[in-house]
Amino acid sequence: MNREDPLVLGIETSCDETGVGIVRGRTLLANAIASSMDEHARYGGVVPEVAARAHLESMTPMIGAALAEAGVSLEDLDAIAVTSGPGLSGALMVGVGSAKALALALDKPLYAVNHLVGHVGVDVLGEEGHLEYPTIALLVSGGHTSLLLVRDLVSDVELLGETIDDAAGEAFDKVARILGLPYPGGPHIDRLAALGDPKAIRFPRGLTLPKDMAAHRYDFSFSGLKTSVARWVEKKQDAGEEVPINDVAASFREAVADVLIGKAIAACTDLGVPRLLLGGGVVANARVRSLAEERTAAAGISLRIPPLDLCTDNGAMIAALGAQLVMHGHDPSGPDFGADSTLPVTDIQVH
Amino acid sequence: MLLAIDTSAGTSVAVVDRDGGILSQVDVADTMRHAEVIGSLITAALAEAGIRPPELSGVVSGMGPGPFTGLRVGISAARTFAFALGRPLVPIASHDAVAWQHYASGATGGLLVVTDARRREVFWSAYSGVDAEGLPQRTDGPALAKPDAVPFPELTRIDAAAIPAGGLGMVAELAFAAGHPFAADEPLYLRSPDVTPSNGPKRVTR
Ligand SMILES: [Zn+2]
Repeated sequence: MNREDPLVLGIETSCDETGVGIVRGRTLLANAIASSMDEHARYGGVVPEVAARAHLESMTPMIGAALAEAGVSLEDLDAIAVTSGPGLSGALMVGVGSAKALALALDKPLYAVNHLVGHVGVDVLGEEGHLEYPTIALLVSGGHTSLLLVRDLVSDVELLGETIDDAAGEAFDKVARILGLPYPGGPHIDRLAALGDPKAIRFPRGLTLPKDMAAHRYDFSFSGLKTSVARWVEKKQDAGEEVPINDVAASFREAVADVLIGKAIAACTDLGVPRLLLGGGVVANARVRSLAEERTAAAGISLRIPPLDLCTDNGAMIAALGAQLVMHGHDPSGPDFGADSTLPVTDIQVH
Repeated sequence: MLLAIDTSAGTSVAVVDRDGGILSQVDVADTMRHAEVIGSLITAALAEAGIRPPELSGVVSGMGPGPFTGLRVGISAARTFAFALGRPLVPIASHDAVAWQHYASGATGGLLVVTDARRREVFWSAYSGVDAEGLPQRTDGPALAKPDAVPFPELTRIDAAAIPAGGLGMVAELAFAAGHPFAADEPLYLRSPDVTPSNGPKRVTR
């Protein structure tokens, strides 16, 4: 196996994106993605069974698309990587079954990796792609909201905190529904928020009161915020008043961004880590990005935000992490790993 | 020579040959660990048959019916294995494997194959016998029914806890040799996802 500059194909099926990516060492060659997002729209959120069915239909077409995009053939690959977890278990299993078959048919080594660490690993790709250690990573999507301390991508990742109820992306979807906006909610809220006043309504910042900070310093909670928005909107409606939808969107978005970035900065400051990396689909949110830029600049923290198509779930990040494991001399995973919907972030690779 | 994979009940993997018959078959009955065991079973089936992947001429996939989550593991593996080798995928209805095994042992006449569909329901397929090539003739199904509403009580009934991939492979070999069409390359879920479209937000204040 080429451990200098390995050609690795990565398969990602933890949520609603069927991603197949190919990297050569630190170089991105292909990032093929099929999304079942449209199929979930009428249900107002990701339906696991619908997502899993879509993965099965998209799997081999995406492998073919990635190979074509990269201009390589299967025989050229040095290794295969696949997401073992965390994620939706039925969805993960499609990727695991496929990756095992691919590795056996081609007689190539297989690396089962952690989805969350993959979001961090994507930052090694590209010209200036050299993840510096240690770094704090804030990963925010419809499926997860996690704050990590990364001392070494392939050997030392620690979970500082995570959401204790809804993921931040889920909160965007639920508030969008309250405001009568379509799924997925993020882009619609972002658009309206730009026209509203973020200070119009003071929505609660979950787990930021002193009593909560003692037990949940780096944890998040968005369920109370969502309920608070619903109450506020219902009160207006019951009074027969018009709901200032732009102000609600802006104030809600501000509350989410404030908590996310506030806790990430606190982690950087507390732990003396002058680096913050963002990942996950919520990075598409303009306010989350701008607030991160403002506050990291003020605190003297360097900020890294990978290109958006590498922030959302994708196969390239799994390939990138797999390639790093190969380059650092790690052995392939054993034959009997499965899909682990709650895989802890400390398990960078499943053996 | 074909590799056959079925995860509609437990996990079963076999290597078959039209002339040599079933060269290997390995099974795990556990209906919860398809993703874990699929790789080792493929390795074992190939090793026992003494062949390497490039020697295969196709990959047979049991298309169900079966509980969703497990069923997909085998179909995903079979499709990808075939894709990786650049060989055809041969989709076969899983119950046909049970019927083939029944008739191959010398039985004749009508047959009803029944498997567990969970949630207090079963999957069933009805067969009339075999044709001149030895292929089971499915006359009805596969379909879903409550246990007390399964049709064709007059037929010999087999309640199968496992689907033998060897039988699946032999059905594929016989159908290919006879020039018969295969099943469609679609999973036989026979149930829609359990979801209801959202009807807008629910009130939180009362
Ligand atoms: Zn993700």
